[in-house]
Formats: sequence, structure tokens, C-alpha cells
Amino acid sequence: MEFDFAAEQPKFLMLMYGLIAFVAVVGGLLLLLDVVPAFFARRREAQLVAASASGAPAPRRRKQREGAFAFFFLLPTLLFLTIGLVIPAVRTTLLSFMDSSSTNWVGLDNYGWMFDEDSIFRVLINTLIWVLLVPLVASAFGLIYAVLVDKARFESAAKSLIFLPMAISFVGAAIIWKFIYAYRGDEQDQIGLLNQIVVTLGGEPKQWLLDSPLNTFLLIVIMVWIQAGFAMVVLSAAIKAIPADIIEAARLDGTTPWQMFWRITMPSIRPALIVVVVTISIATLKVFDIVRTATNGNYDTNVIATEMYNQAFRYGENGQGSALAVFLFVLVLPLVIYQIRNLRKQREG
Amino acid sequence: MTTASPTVGAGVQPPAPLTRAARVRKRLNSRTATLVSIVLALLWTIPTFGLFISSFRPEDQIKTTGWWTFFSDPQFTLQNYQDVLFSTGSSGQLASYFINSLAITIPSVLFPIAFASLAAYALAWINFKGRDWLYIGIFALQIVPLQMALVPLLRFFSTGVTLGGVQLLPAWDLVDEQKFAQVWFAHTCFALPFAVYLLHNFISQLPGDLMEAARVDGATHPKIFRTIVLPLITPALAAIGIFQFLWVWNDLLVALIFAGGGDETAPLTVRLAELAGTRGNEWQRLTAGAFVSIVVPLLVFLSLQRYFVRGLLAGSVKG
Repeated sequence: MEFDFAAEQPKFLMLMYGLIAFVAVVGGLLLLLDVVPAFFARRREAQLVAASASGAPAPRRRKQREGAFAFFFLLPTLLFLTIGLVIPAVRTTLLSFMDSSSTNWVGLDNYGWMFDEDSIFRVLINTLIWVLLVPLVASAFGLIYAVLVDKARFESAAKSLIFLPMAISFVGAAIIWKFIYAYRGDEQDQIGLLNQIVVTLGGEPKQWLLDSPLNTFLLIVIMVWIQAGFAMVVLSAAIKAIPADIIEAARLDGTTPWQMFWRITMPSIRPALIVVVVTISIATLKVFDIVRTATNGNYDTNVIATEMYNQAFRYGENGQGSALAVFLFVLVLPLVIYQIRNLRKQREG
Repeated sequence: MTTASPTVGAGVQPPAPLTRAARVRKRLNSRTATLVSIVLALLWTIPTFGLFISSFRPEDQIKTTGWWTFFSDPQFTLQNYQDVLFSTGSSGQLASYFINSLAITIPSVLFPIAFASLAAYALAWINFKGRDWLYIGIFALQIVPLQMALVPLLRFFSTGVTLGGVQLLPAWDLVDEQKFAQVWFAHTCFALPFAVYLLHNFISQLPGDLMEAARVDGATHPKIFRTIVLPLITPALAAIGIFQFLWVWNDLLVALIFAGGGDETAPLTVRLAELAGTRGNEWQRLTAGAFVSIVVPLLVFLSLQRYFVRGLLAGSVKG
């Protein structure tokens, strides 16, 4: 029952080193870029003076200096991106064609394995269920809520409540919902809200998270709970951006709220809706924390990201883990390209 | 689009003068909407609320009765927090992990933002060859899911870089709290494409006249960056700072792989996921523990919500 604060000191020391490194790198870079050009400028001035004295034409090197500035401004970013993303991504792709110890080439074996093995096929199916349901339900809920609450008196407070789960970690959310799904035997009082409701309605309490395929849907509820707030905020902003005169004109024409929604609101917020759906889809494809915390991928709830972690970091199957990562990349690719093209169009339009 | 055809549906009805009945119906409609939205908001809050209430209930109460009995039989204790934060051993010690979370998060927010703002400035306002291609390249890196980088990056830390049998870079060989550096490094890499993209959006929209005037006055790029650009993009920096803060604080995957599971480096999320796995029935610890991990992002979020929303709206692709 005692907490030794002194034992924590090395961490603060390390944090301090980190901050010192930050100041040194960023400050040093800016200082370097300030001092060195100033030095060259002085030398150039001296050269100019000398040149004008001897009557020779002055040397011009302005262009080159711009390039040097750009290089140093970009240096840290490029360094980190190359080491941390570009090279690893290429290597992962290569590893996916090699065996578990990454020594022999095995061709497409790892990809064949993904579709042959029943348990892995199950993982792919689960991921498909996730990515079909979460964006749809979360966006629909977000949209309905944004419309309902638009211009209400308590709008910002109500929106905050829906938006709040965005701040909660997936791990925290998984624990919150595990508590709701908690199970106690027939004869005991239930402590989980869901089972209590079931019992009150005269049903039998259930071990919700052990029951496949229902458990996957119960995990999906967690993701929807988190993502709906995001959908609601973006869509609400889009609804507010609809020009007031359009709405006024429609109102004068006597449109019903129903018509207003389908003929005015929906077409106007279509771009935002697409952004929301695609963004949530990408996040859902990569979902890891929820499944790992709630069931650890047991009872047929596994998805690609958790299985990738298991293969690569628990079973030491680097080839198979990498193949799953590449597969994830291939799934995300069209979505992100679509997203980017969309954002560009929006910006230009 | 479809709104351009007023003859169908909408045009058929005569412009309705608001009769008494219509007014009543309208008010009723908006009242129903209000009611529904309140109910939904409460529904959305109940899970968190239940956890919050439970974390203050004594152990035997949590384990035998539902949290809703708190209202008929209120019993209040701080023992759960005391236990989960400060008891040593396998049952808690979350205070230690809380410090880890802090030590991981602060540099992981500062580094990418500083690097990204430098890069975004160069990509927006310095003329050099291949600038557009470089920007597109960094932008495109957003599509790489971080899962693609995990195995090789871990190997980079643990064995260094060898090319054709020649050791180019040594292994990092970090122990205990030094492993924070790995996590900072990984988070910085993964955050950069999105951060550069977002900040480039802001920086490139600054008025060009401002830069030109400064250049005429003889200011160099570092000076313009420090004295003109940085103060102007503070809101953007705040937005992306909150974004990155929540992302790092709430992250499980990166921490799991690069920080290890010990109390020297693992953040709260790793510890909680572990507790949920091994002590899934110790609800007195799980509820209090979950709330400990939630409280900081919640405070940040509630106090800086405006900036966060702005960041969300400015760009919604996170790699």
C-alpha cells in the first residue's frame, strides 16, 4: 500500500531529456538558419565591396540559398518519414512474401494462407461486417441527431454529450461497455445494465460477449458510440453552412420538413457526408483496441488489425503478419484516394 | 442538383399560411424533436455515467448489485481510487502508469508539430525545385496504415540497420524508461503526414503580401517563420496539438509494441487493457482505473473543444 515516488524519478529525467532534445533540435535548427546565412551575407557584402572596387561583375547566388533553406526546413520531417514510414512500408511489403523468420521467399503463400485458413477467413468476414455497419449506423445517427438538435435551445450542451465519447480512449470505451455487458448467474442480482434490462423484461441473463456472432455486433455498438459524435459534429457544421436564403425560399414554397430534408439538406451536405463515411470506414478497418480489450479476439470476434498484431508480435509469424498488414493497406487504399480527390475538389470548387 | 426542379412535389402545394392547427403541429413537432434528442443524449451518456458512479462504490457493492441501486442505497468510498492508483504489484499502481502516459504524450505532441510546421512553411512559401511533388508525396503517405510500419520499425530499434553485412546504424539498445524515446520516435513518424497536410492548409492561406513585405524589409525565411507565421497559425497549432494529444494519450497499439508492458514505460491504456484481460471481474479496479485514464483527455477536450472541432473540420483524414 505504499507508492514510491522516488522510483518515478528516472521517468521525469527522461522526459526532461526529451524536452531538452526538442529545444536543442528545433531551436538549434532555427538558430543555425539564422546565423549561417547572416555570416554568408556579410561575406557576400565584403565580396561585393571588393568587386565594386575592382570593377568586376558581382556574383549572383540567390536561388541556391532558397534551396538550402528549404532543405533544412524539411530535413527533420523527411528524415522521420523516410525512416519511420517509407522504408518500413516497403520492407513490410517484401516481408509479406517471405516466411516467418524472413529468410526464405515463399511467393504468395502468406496471401493464400489468409483465405485458406478458416479462422483467418473468419477474421476477414468480421472486418467486413465492421466496415459495412459502423460507418452506416454512426453516420445515420449523427445525421439524424444533427438535424434534430439544429437550432434547439440547448444545442451545444446536447452536442457535447454525444461528442464526449470522442475524448475517451477505445480501451476506456471497451471497459465501459464490458461493464454494461457484464454477466451474473441467474440467481444473483445483475450488475450489467443490459442483462438487468433483459431480466426486468422477463428474459434469461446471457454471457453476451461469448455468444458469436452476436458479440461482434455488440463490439460494433462501442465503435458506433464513439464515432457518432464525430459524424454529428461534421454534419452539423455542414447543415449550418446551407445558405439561409435557400431555406427561406423553400419555406415560402411550403415544403414540409420531410421534403426539406431530402431535397435541400441532403443534397447540400452530400460532400460532408461522404467525408464522414469514408473517414469512419478507414478508422473502422484499422480497429484494434476495442476488440483487444473487450475479448482479445476470442470467441470469433477477431478482426484484421488484432490478428496482424497476434501473428507478428505474439506468434513471431512475420510473413503472415506482414501479409495481413499489406491486405489492410490494399483495403484502405481506394477509400483514401477517393477521400483525397474529394477534398481537392471541394477546395477547388 | 435535385433542388432545381421545383415542379415536382414541392410546387404542387400552395404556400400554406400558418393556420392555428399548423402552428400547434409545428410546435409539437419541434417539441418531439427536442424530447427525442434529449433522450438520445442521455442514452449516450448513461454508459459513462454508470462507470463514474460505480467507481465510487465499495467493492462488495459493485460486485453484487447494479450501479443503479446507488440511488436507493448510496454508499460512497474513495478506496477504489486509492487502491488502483497507489497499491503496488499487479493490482494497480496506475499512478506510475499515469506518469508514463504523460512522459510519452508531451514529447510525442511537441516534436511532430514543430517539424510539421517547419516543413509546411517550406512547402508553402519557399520556392525550390520539385516542391509540389514533395508535398504530394508527404500527403500521399497518409494512406499508409501504421500497421505497415510496425515490424520493420521495431527491428530498426532492436537490431539497427545493416546493409550487405555492414552495420550502418547500431541498435538503440534501450532499457526501462529510455524506451520512451522509441515511442516518441514512432508517434512522431506516424503523425507527420497528417500534421504537415493540416498545417500546410493553414499556412498556404496566409496573405502573400505579408511575406513579400517582410522579404523586401530583408527578413530571412527563419525570421519570417518565427515572427510572422508562427503567431498567425497559433489556432491551427492548438487544434492539431489537441488532436495529437488525444491520439497519443488514447493509443494502445503503438505503446504496446514500442513501450513494452512494464511499469517503467507502459502507458495507462496498456495497463488497463491488461487489467481488463486478467482481472476482468475486478470491477472496483476497472471502473476507477478507466476513469483515471479518461479524466485528462476529458478535461482537455472540454476546455478546448472549440479548437478540436475546428481541427476536425479542417481535415478529416488521419493515416
